[in-house]
Amino acid sequence: MEREKKERILSLLVSNKPDVLARVAGTLGGRGYNIETLCVDATLDPKVSKIILTTIADQPTLTKIEKQLMKLIDVQQVTDLTKIATVMREMMLVRMKLTERNKADIALIIDTFGGRVVTLNGDHCVIEISGNRDDIEKALQSLKPLGIDDMSRTGIIALERTK
Amino acid sequence: MKIKGSQILIQALKQEGVEVIFGYPGGVVLDIYDELHKGDIRHILVRHEQGAVHAADGYARASGKVGVALVTSGPGASNTVTGIANAHLDSIPIVVFTGQVPTSLIGTDAFQEVDIIGITRPCTKHNFQVRRVEELTRTVSEAFHIARSGRPGPVLVDLPKDVMNAVAEYTLESFRDEDEPQPRPPSKKAFQVLDMISEAKKPLILSGGGIILGGASQELREMAWRTKIPVTSTLMGLGAFPGTDPLWLGMPGMHGTYYANMVISHCDLMIAIGCRFDDRVTGKIDTFAQNARIVHVDVDPSSINKNVMIDVPIVSDCKSALASFNRLLKDKNFTVTDDQRRDWLGMIDEWKRNVPLSYCHSEEVIKPQFVIETLYNLTKGEDTIITTEVGQNQMWAAQFYKYDHPNTFLSSGGLGTMGYGFPAAIGAQLAFPEKLVVDIAGDGSIQMNIQELATAVQYKIPVKIVILNNGYLGMVRQWQELFYEKRYSQTDMTYAPDFVKLADAYGLAGFRTAKPAEVEEVLRKGLSTPGPVIMDFQVDREECVYPMVKPGGPIHEMTLGGREMVN
Ligand SMILES: Cc1ncc(C[n+]2csc(CCOP(=O)(O)OP(=O)(O)O)c2C)c(N)n1
Repeated sequence: MEREKKERILSLLVSNKPDVLARVAGTLGGRGYNIETLCVDATLDPKVSKIILTTIADQPTLTKIEKQLMKLIDVQQVTDLTKIATVMREMMLVRMKLTERNKADIALIIDTFGGRVVTLNGDHCVIEISGNRDDIEKALQSLKPLGIDDMSRTGIIALERTK
Repeated sequence: MKIKGSQILIQALKQEGVEVIFGYPGGVVLDIYDELHKGDIRHILVRHEQGAVHAADGYARASGKVGVALVTSGPGASNTVTGIANAHLDSIPIVVFTGQVPTSLIGTDAFQEVDIIGITRPCTKHNFQVRRVEELTRTVSEAFHIARSGRPGPVLVDLPKDVMNAVAEYTLESFRDEDEPQPRPPSKKAFQVLDMISEAKKPLILSGGGIILGGASQELREMAWRTKIPVTSTLMGLGAFPGTDPLWLGMPGMHGTYYANMVISHCDLMIAIGCRFDDRVTGKIDTFAQNARIVHVDVDPSSINKNVMIDVPIVSDCKSALASFNRLLKDKNFTVTDDQRRDWLGMIDEWKRNVPLSYCHSEEVIKPQFVIETLYNLTKGEDTIITTEVGQNQMWAAQFYKYDHPNTFLSSGGLGTMGYGFPAAIGAQLAFPEKLVVDIAGDGSIQMNIQELATAVQYKIPVKIVILNNGYLGMVRQWQELFYEKRYSQTDMTYAPDFVKLADAYGLAGFRTAKPAEVEEVLRKGLSTPGPVIMDFQVDREECVYPMVKPGGPIHEMTLGGREMVN
């Protein structure tokens, strides 16, 4: 069994009810497991929500987490996406102050990471970049020295490549 | 015809076959109590909401049916939490109904509002807040279904006052348990287990509470008898296998028998069924059953590989797993000769002979174990249910009383809740009015729900309370004696009520003795006096429970009464 502690992505199908997220979070938190990132949204079926969460765990621990989650009445399915071919994305919004000196560099970074400028207000712009975790991390490191005003990042969303 | 939510609730409860509710009224449940006043369902008015939940729990453990409690919002609801957590850790099917402030006031810190859904989320199997009267019938039915299906457990249903007042059409809606079949073992695994049994020289069955919850005692006996495999059982599983059978080893673990712990440490095959490898059973995990291959049958996948690594995991309810093993054993004409088991059972007999469960009898002072032994001799063969409090009394009740039938030993295993035994006895007695129900108590524990004496007197519930009165919080004192150089910090309970006078004050009979020679007489008198009775036995103050495995130590290293370590 895999003893290595690494980031694991779980995809949960749950009933779309007010306190389901609290149950899921409580099940992990109450047993000492940390949720690293979390995304919740509706699915094609309005009665069902999808939760994508990531946690750092070894394989035996992850199995325990999966079993505990499956015990929740409102959880219909738990899939370990780490094990199957999936597309993973994160998105980041970054607000920057534009100056004569950083303009060209910012444009280059946007171009490199396939991002875009969402708004431009006076000398402030908001940039949107999406990609896998690595890309986001690299883009962020490149932008930092150019003077970031503020930023906001989503957690990971992920989808199996095939059915 | 449209009827009120409170009426729908009663209809739905009747639909579930509820015969008795343990409860306590208050502002937001007045509508429900007004309905109960019509007398369709029996209601037992307890004296504290914790008592209601333990009574529902005792009712469930004794009868196998779902126990029901009903309380008001706020403090009524929060008072149920210990009872719910207790049922949760022991997987007991109960449904607790709590009143709630009207939906329009929820979240406003209204008078007597607590977020009982949030509070009990981690200690219920599931909980619901009914926000629309139209959801009521289905929710009640689902609550009962969840409580009793799979691995059973407590379910809480929160009922806002306006929902009880609102009207709706009552339509029968029920969750049939058959819709969701219990998991069964794949036949491949049953063959594998059969092979392992054939190969094993030193097999052992470790059974747990799952056997009792799953109604699988008969199947367990059949398997053990056919294969001549000795049986040990956790505290929760006592009674599933007869305590008087030659294959019986007693309870293992921290205060288990010497021979049960030795068998676990020496066996080469452990078939664990319906247990969850609590640390009180395993001791140090690395050395637990270290020579054995382990088969683990449990209905809850999350119990498997949780504490102990398993060689053959089988997710199945205990009854169908055992039935399929038995079928296979029969089909294959599996037999074991006495010869084949001679070495193993001989070894076990020697352990049993060398270190039996024992204590030093005294003519001067009552030994608590002697009270239990005498109680056993006076009540064996009768239909008796024993409940216990928590501490030394509980361990002695597990060691020195022999349970031959399932659902006859009711004890707080997982949570270890002092104050459980007496209200649980009330619940058990209501399930079986004809049986003798005895609560084996400590002088500390009995004071934790002593108020229920009034309940027992009011409804003439003839529960017998046997107090092993050592004037200490005995089990804690024992740890202080053994691990804290006898510094008895805050464990002296000498300032206790005179239990005989207390019995008198509540209107029941009370007896007391401090003399070993009178133990039998007092028990005879107490057990034959109609109605509830307190028997106060002033026992040896500093008697300890042995054998004892050091917390976290390997279970084959036990301290016996003489304090020597054995291997
Ligand atoms: C509600 C609760 N509080 C505290 C404890 C810790 N505890 C475990 S055993 C025990 C002593 C019990 O004393 P008593 O009921 O007199 O029984 P004895 O051990 O003397 O038989 C205590 C305080 C507990 N189990 N439950």
